Amino acid sequence: MSTVVPLSAQLINLFAAVILLLAFAMLAQRRVLPLINLFALQGLTLCLSTLVVAFSTGQAHLYGSAALTLVLKALLLPWILHRLVRKLQVKSDVEGLVNIPTTMLIGIVLVMVAFNVALPISQLASTISRGTLGIALASVMLAFLMMIVRTKAIPQVVGFLAMENGLFLAATSATYGMPMVVELGIALDVLVGAIILGVFFFQIREQFDSLDIRHLEKLKER
Amino acid sequence: MSISGLLWQFFAIALALALAPLLTGWVNQCRAWLQNRAAPPLLQPYFMLHKLFHKDVVLAHGASPLFVFAPYVVFGCMLLACAIIPTLSTDLPFAPAADTIALVGVFGLARLFIALAAMDIGTSFGTLGGRREMLIGFLAEPALLMVIFTTAMISQSTSVATIVETLAHGDFVINPSLAFAGIAFTFVSFAENARVPVDNPATHLELTMIHEAMILEYSGRHLALIEWAAALKLYAYSCLGLALFFPWGIAEGDSAAGLLLAISALIAKLAVGGALLALIETINAKVRIFRAPEFLGTAFLFAVLGLLVRLLLESRV
Amino acid sequence: MDLFVLTLAIPLVSGLALAAAGERAWAPNLNLIASLGTFLASALLTAEIVAAGPRFAFGEMFFIDSLNVFFVALTAFVGLTTSIFSGPYMRNEREHGRLTAARLRLYKSMFQLFMFTMLAALTTNNLGILWVAMEAATLTTVLLVSLYRTAASLEAAWKYFILCGVGIAQALFGTILLYFAAERVLGETGNALLWTHLVGVKGQLEPTVMALAFVFLLVGYGTKVGLAPLHNWLPDAHAEGPTPVSAVLSGLLLNVALYAILRVKVLADGAIQSGFAGSLMMGFGLLTLTVAAFFLSRQKDIKRMFAYSSIEHMGLITFAFGMGGPVANFAGLLHMTLHSLTKSAIFFAVGHAAQKCGTQVMEDIRGLIKINPVIGWGLMLGTLAILGMPPFGVFASEFMILTHAMKHHPWATPILLTALGVAFAAIFGKVQPMVFGETHLKRLPHAPAITPVFVHLALVLMMGLYIPPYLVRWFHEAARMLG
Repeated sequence: MSTVVPLSAQLINLFAAVILLLAFAMLAQRRVLPLINLFALQGLTLCLSTLVVAFSTGQAHLYGSAALTLVLKALLLPWILHRLVRKLQVKSDVEGLVNIPTTMLIGIVLVMVAFNVALPISQLASTISRGTLGIALASVMLAFLMMIVRTKAIPQVVGFLAMENGLFLAATSATYGMPMVVELGIALDVLVGAIILGVFFFQIREQFDSLDIRHLEKLKER
Repeated sequence: MSISGLLWQFFAIALALALAPLLTGWVNQCRAWLQNRAAPPLLQPYFMLHKLFHKDVVLAHGASPLFVFAPYVVFGCMLLACAIIPTLSTDLPFAPAADTIALVGVFGLARLFIALAAMDIGTSFGTLGGRREMLIGFLAEPALLMVIFTTAMISQSTSVATIVETLAHGDFVINPSLAFAGIAFTFVSFAENARVPVDNPATHLELTMIHEAMILEYSGRHLALIEWAAALKLYAYSCLGLALFFPWGIAEGDSAAGLLLAISALIAKLAVGGALLALIETINAKVRIFRAPEFLGTAFLFAVLGLLVRLLLESRV
Repeated sequence: MDLFVLTLAIPLVSGLALAAAGERAWAPNLNLIASLGTFLASALLTAEIVAAGPRFAFGEMFFIDSLNVFFVALTAFVGLTTSIFSGPYMRNEREHGRLTAARLRLYKSMFQLFMFTMLAALTTNNLGILWVAMEAATLTTVLLVSLYRTAASLEAAWKYFILCGVGIAQALFGTILLYFAAERVLGETGNALLWTHLVGVKGQLEPTVMALAFVFLLVGYGTKVGLAPLHNWLPDAHAEGPTPVSAVLSGLLLNVALYAILRVKVLADGAIQSGFAGSLMMGFGLLTLTVAAFFLSRQKDIKRMFAYSSIEHMGLITFAFGMGGPVANFAGLLHMTLHSLTKSAIFFAVGHAAQKCGTQVMEDIRGLIKINPVIGWGLMLGTLAILGMPPFGVFASEFMILTHAMKHHPWATPILLTALGVAFAAIFGKVQPMVFGETHLKRLPHAPAITPVFVHLALVLMMGLYIPPYLVRWFHEAARMLG
């Protein structure tokens, strides 16, 4: 411990670790509503971490990003998903294609890959939060894994949104966030995407009486 | 090595022998309160040991010398563990022996003997318990080692004494990796000490028991030694956990003032820890034996994550 | 008024108006007029750019040069012909009871908004906005793919959304990395994602980061281009969506996604100083070409088959751009143009044919030449054109790509020839009995709009025989920009 790491950097690392932990928790969660809550919690942690970065670097536009994250990812999207679950009376259990311990082991391997990929880049970075780039990539990959192994529509969408969280973390940690206009555009896309998916859920359920997307396996090459 | 150091060392061992059953009694008492039962007295484990030591030993017909020998080995291993873990000070004569990897080995040795003894008689329950114990151990040990590697990376040493010194007396740093390791260690301790999510120390239900199944054939002073060893194991794990993750209060020298402070800190921490243990045991249900690998897999996951996070986030410190 | 503003504003405003107004009697006409307006504005814009050179708009937010103005004109043109085609097509669908008024309203407004997102993606100077527009293009078309609300169309739309969503997330990560590399050189001025600024400093961008960024961007946008192995959404979306949507997806969206890759490749090439980006594109291109060619012969659904043909051509074009250099880039651009025109013409013809026979299964479509000779010939000629038969223009561009590959990358030639041969046999063998065969079907209530088919095919034929000199100049300039 030759040099003392500033407290803000320690906090950022802590939040990043929590985000990674939540990514794993989502991967392990068997029920839908807790899954959505975990996602909301991840959004909140992301917001806090962005706030710390904003505070310690004085990047004013990051406060905007943090507010956007809070409203969109910690409040609005979880609220929409909660409503969807209630309205559609989704069965509470989530089924996976692969059992959970195996999924976890694959997850660990993905984290190692992500850390290795990110290491050379984060060494080039000069930001206070550079170390978290690997965690960001890891959470993207874990969310990706979740989309692959889950068979129900809503967990897949949560995976999709969690991937967005990871990407946001990547943007903050490598470069202190993208320009504001891009951030706004991305947020708009995510919101519209979630709404379209909501419409979509109703269509799927109308058609199949279930949100199990294993019904959606008829189109393939024979 | 000074004479006073040696004396303090013996005092620490005596303290372990005395406090261990008390800790078990305290946990049982808290658990009873939390579950709205009339609590047994705090000293119940002592009464139990007293009773067992005064009973005659009944040996099964097929028992080999190993069966008789095993309780002493197990007790010896646990006592050794308690002796070398720095409970009071990092500067006692045995402290340099407290290598974390060696500790895992000591625990492993005890496990081997108790499982062998359980199989020695040839009853079905003993064999079953022994096999289950080895399964749990097989899954818990890698997780425990990973936890140890994480803490060892922080202080660049596998010696518990050095780890404690680095953590307790260095600059205060938030180490997310240590949090991961701490969670993993808690999981492992629950499994290793036959606590609720994995095993239930309070029942003898043949379908689920692990630890109790192994010691069914023991009686008299053998059983007393094994019960005492189990209490010592809980004490050892608690102290190891406290030393690795909450080392504040452990003295560095062997001055009387520092050591007295360390004793009170230790008792306070153990009391809080025991109450938490009882709380966790109360709010959780025991999982099926086939889910135990999942439980320990999670522990392993946390430990590896801790290690990775350590490598990624804190390596340039 | 500024022509560029008009080009972007007309589809946006008309899309919103169509959404607000609902399905009225005049709605198809508004759709048509808006497309015509967009086309005229873009044509005049093109003339302006050709005469006066590249320019910015809205500060430095948008940038129009010879490369993207050419795509803008193409997009607006295919958008116009598609809306001409979709008028009678959609009326027929409605009379068959496959679509309701509400769905038609959704279709028209989303179609215009889709045009807007594509034009925005093509003209933006900001690589972040490019990403946003690409994602918006997916979002506007997801509900179009599931327009029929059948089980299969819902599945196709779901797959489309999820796969493209995953792909586009990779692209976002790539964009972040790109921004990261750029910020180190350009500083935190907010200009670090502007392409015009990036091109100026491309030699100073960190090569390792740029290589990684390019891989992510190629995989990400490549999902939308339909590059193997992430091409699965494409045949489903094309087969299950309404035919006008298939036509614009195939003819335009794939081009726009490829355009995004090309823009980034220029930067990556400048930074990495080796053929890394090109080799990667060549590899993906060849893989895609081969996979698509071998899947072609197994198709039973006519729209699926032509969707695979789109994948095949996208693979070929990616390969061409991967080879790089003026000739290959020229051929790639030419092939992109011709593929857009030909493939949308084919989809128009296929749409009418499928409507007439009431099925998309190829075995049940027979004797088109007897029911409606115009559609029959349209499909036949379109197929010949897409297969690269002379004198159609596709022959010229494929020939250029092949000869260039023989000269510089001879190892790839057998793969190219095999894939093209397999594709030829598969498509021709299936289309021939559909056009010439026995049938007894009656006519449709609304006469199909045949003009777009033949306008496109005439253009393709013309380009095969004679490319106007200003077009050649323009292509050369664009090809030179790509390096």
